[in-house]
Amino acid sequence: MSKKGDGSAVKDPGAEPTLGTNPFEGTLRRLREAFHSGCTRPAEFRAEQLRALGRFLQENKQLLHDALVQDLHKSAFDSDISELIICQNEINLALKNLQAWMKDEPGSTNLFTKLDSAFVRKEPFGLVLIIAPWNYPVNLNLVPLVGALAAGNCVVLKPSEISRGTEKVLAEVLPQYLDQRCFAVVLGGPEEMGQLLEHKFDYIFFTGSPRVGKIVMTAAAKHLTPVTLELGGKNPCYVDDDCDPQIVANRVAWFRYFNAGQTCVAPDYLLCSPEMQERLLPALQSTITRFYGDDPQSSPNLGRIINQKHFQRLRALLGCGRVAIGGQSDEHDRYIAPTVLVDVQEAEPVMQEEIFGPILPIMNVRGMDEAIEFINRREKPLALYAFSNSSQVVNQMLERTSSGSFGGNDGFMYMTLLSLPFGGVGHSGMGRYRGKFTFDTFSHHRACLLCPAGLENLNDIRYPPYSDRVQQLTRWALGSQSCTLL
Amino acid sequence: MEREVQRVRQAFLSGRSRPLRFRLQQLEALRRMVQEREKDILAAICSDLCKSEFNAYSQEVISVLGEIDFMLENLPEWVTAKPVKKNLLTMLDEAYLQPQPLGVVLIIGAWNYPFLLIIQPLIGAIAAGNAVIIKPSELSENTATILAKLLPQYLDQDLYIVINGGVEETTELLKQRFDHILYTGNTTVGKIVMEAAAKHLTPVTLELGGKSPCYIDKDCDLDIVCRRITWGKYMNCGQTCIAPDYILCEASLQNQIVQKIKETVKEFYGENVKESPDYERIINRRHFKRILSLLEGQKIAFGGETDEATRYIAPTVLTDVDPKTKVMQEEIFGPVLPIVPVNNVDEAINFINEREKPLALYVFSHNNKLIKRMIDETSSGGVTGNDVIMHFMLNSFPFGGVGSSGMGAYHGKHTFDTFSHQRPCLLKSLKREGANKLRYPPNSQSKVDWGKFFLLKRFNKEKLGLLLLTFLGIVAAVLVKAEYY
Repeated sequence: MSKKGDGSAVKDPGAEPTLGTNPFEGTLRRLREAFHSGCTRPAEFRAEQLRALGRFLQENKQLLHDALVQDLHKSAFDSDISELIICQNEINLALKNLQAWMKDEPGSTNLFTKLDSAFVRKEPFGLVLIIAPWNYPVNLNLVPLVGALAAGNCVVLKPSEISRGTEKVLAEVLPQYLDQRCFAVVLGGPEEMGQLLEHKFDYIFFTGSPRVGKIVMTAAAKHLTPVTLELGGKNPCYVDDDCDPQIVANRVAWFRYFNAGQTCVAPDYLLCSPEMQERLLPALQSTITRFYGDDPQSSPNLGRIINQKHFQRLRALLGCGRVAIGGQSDEHDRYIAPTVLVDVQEAEPVMQEEIFGPILPIMNVRGMDEAIEFINRREKPLALYAFSNSSQVVNQMLERTSSGSFGGNDGFMYMTLLSLPFGGVGHSGMGRYRGKFTFDTFSHHRACLLCPAGLENLNDIRYPPYSDRVQQLTRWALGSQSCTLL
Repeated sequence: MEREVQRVRQAFLSGRSRPLRFRLQQLEALRRMVQEREKDILAAICSDLCKSEFNAYSQEVISVLGEIDFMLENLPEWVTAKPVKKNLLTMLDEAYLQPQPLGVVLIIGAWNYPFLLIIQPLIGAIAAGNAVIIKPSELSENTATILAKLLPQYLDQDLYIVINGGVEETTELLKQRFDHILYTGNTTVGKIVMEAAAKHLTPVTLELGGKSPCYIDKDCDLDIVCRRITWGKYMNCGQTCIAPDYILCEASLQNQIVQKIKETVKEFYGENVKESPDYERIINRRHFKRILSLLEGQKIAFGGETDEATRYIAPTVLTDVDPKTKVMQEEIFGPVLPIVPVNNVDEAINFINEREKPLALYVFSHNNKLIKRMIDETSSGGVTGNDVIMHFMLNSFPFGGVGSSGMGAYHGKHTFDTFSHQRPCLLKSLKREGANKLRYPPNSQSKVDWGKFFLLKRFNKEKLGLLLLTFLGIVAAVLVKAEYY
């Protein structure tokens, strides 16, 4: 929607004069018209959409399981706990609380506005775009969708083309459940996404890499579209000397190798002393064997790498440092064994990029202070973990670092708590969601003040001319005590 | 420029902006600055906008003092961690949100309320524990100068610095990396700021503008309505981002409105408005000429007098304005009030919705249903019903735009939140590893079922809670009995 300079204040919702035949134009226009018609506003409509989404999940469970196996070799258990159940939880929470979330929030009034009615109205933004990645393709498409629908928006969903199986189900089956006036799935790769981003949206919710996050935000800037960016980074995991290595190994290994390491909040690398490393290695080996058997490749509980490109990338990382555990790979299967690397240098590729695979490098530090210094030299991660029997150590790690979220003595268990928001900071992202936070993300909080139509005498004090007496009175009355007010 | 920003970053990394006591001290110092140097501050604002001291005080300084007090009172509570509701799996853990500073934040101010629009965000940024770089608008030169002079005298000189300059300096500044940018100004520059921020993935709060519509219903007390509108429109010579930009009303009301505004203007500013100490001037020649050009071809119902030498434009009202004319194409930001006649409220709502979402929306009516309808069927940053400007005054309210009028919000706690990262934390102990066996592979169907039980059954928590309580009660009773025997 081009405007002459800063001038034109009039929108032209239909026209995209400079874009020629943009494939998404028709879809977006339809959705925008639907939003203007007001059909997404009533609570009942939104609730019905959410219920329909619930039915989609329930009636297509097998289809979704199969798609997740196809895309990521995800076991039924993993699919349930990391994708389907989470989505179902979100839907249930939204349905249960929709009325409460939609209600106007009363604002507190001050001395001069006691007689007014003050509230914050939650309004849908309008047409929102959700761009999802491939690693938790059901979860990361549908959880934002729940909040966007609950907030009364019309939604364009852009699933990742890399998780093809899930993309197909979302594109072909999901629209049959939702009201297609207000919801559309768009498909394509980077080129199509570029075309999509030329359009104006009222909100863009993006989950993916920081590199693409910058592209999305730059495109959004052209239309002054607010964004939530759920990005990534290298999530450090500090293991103190004062802890039980076997327990730590269990917890770290589970969160690291879940979904073959393709989790934005997985512990990316370990920081510990050489002594702790000596104790951890056998513990990790023991854990890995217990979890995945002697031949992890045949375990139904270990995922696969999403595609050849990422497989090759990860295989190259196996050359960093020294392989202490695992290290095997199989190109035909896109399989990489649960691996631990030691003697890793900071400059090596495995410590320069987000690993996003079943490889866990261990970096040695001499203690907590060095670990904190190491962490603070780098970009703020999406998650940060600290393991120690000493709550002082855990709290120190928390206070002296910054990250999206923090887990003490465990991995990303906090993802099961819908009362905790999820989001990054710095390079790991901006904005947050889950539970009510998604609803709030997709709502404009509009401050509304309704003043009494009469009682004009009370206002006289604010009108000019300001005689000396009035000036004195005003200064005295408002000088130091009250809130802002003339 | 880069060195300055680096210096501030180093100061932040030293950690000294974080302790609560430090933040409170800095806020108290800021308060002292405003009180002790009131004369200098007022003089600067007054010379930038030809404003009376009283106006400068009541429009800017009072709000700042109020905000500082509000912050001082509430900050100790805001910095504490907030526990959150837990589920069955995390029942025995600590789960909470911990507010943390973002780092180095950039505040870019505007010229129309040059003191307020810098200091109000600054208060929240300091309160949230950040280091701050302040870039006042170069158009309000004197305030920019006084800020650069006074702030280092009262605040930590490495954590909070003022950088002055024009477009070139601002462009250079925007190339640096910040942890948040709060910009107040216009849409065009807003886009530039966001684009620059995108390169570093810096979150932004953009307080922009637009044409804030003001609908006057037939069913209202026009005397009162016109007084309130006159006050809000001509305050600061119309250079207020939430001034009622234009009026929508039925054609039959126009003449009355014009008459009543005319009377009110006389009451407020006297016969010769130019002589009133309470009437300001346009900030500079460029804006003066811009506003003048908006009058071309318009029906001036009253006002319209100008004086280029003093940048004076009289309070002006235009009637029967054609929506396609220039005055209806850009934010006026001046003492010119167009009236666009519409047939009814439906037409008014359509008119508003055809245009970009404004920063503020005003509706005057005795009919509450109509007001409700206006709010329900339009969107805007904020709303005041039966008055103007006032929603800005409540510091419990978020103040911000939507669509092209901006993104994000601040004021009061919202400023603190804007400049904080609310970090979700889950702290477990290394004991009770047995409970975790449930999630570890190898998996079985029974595990799936148990998984579902723990993750899905939220309502069980209450029942379980009750069960636990009952059990504990029994245990307690037994123990007490044991004590006595």
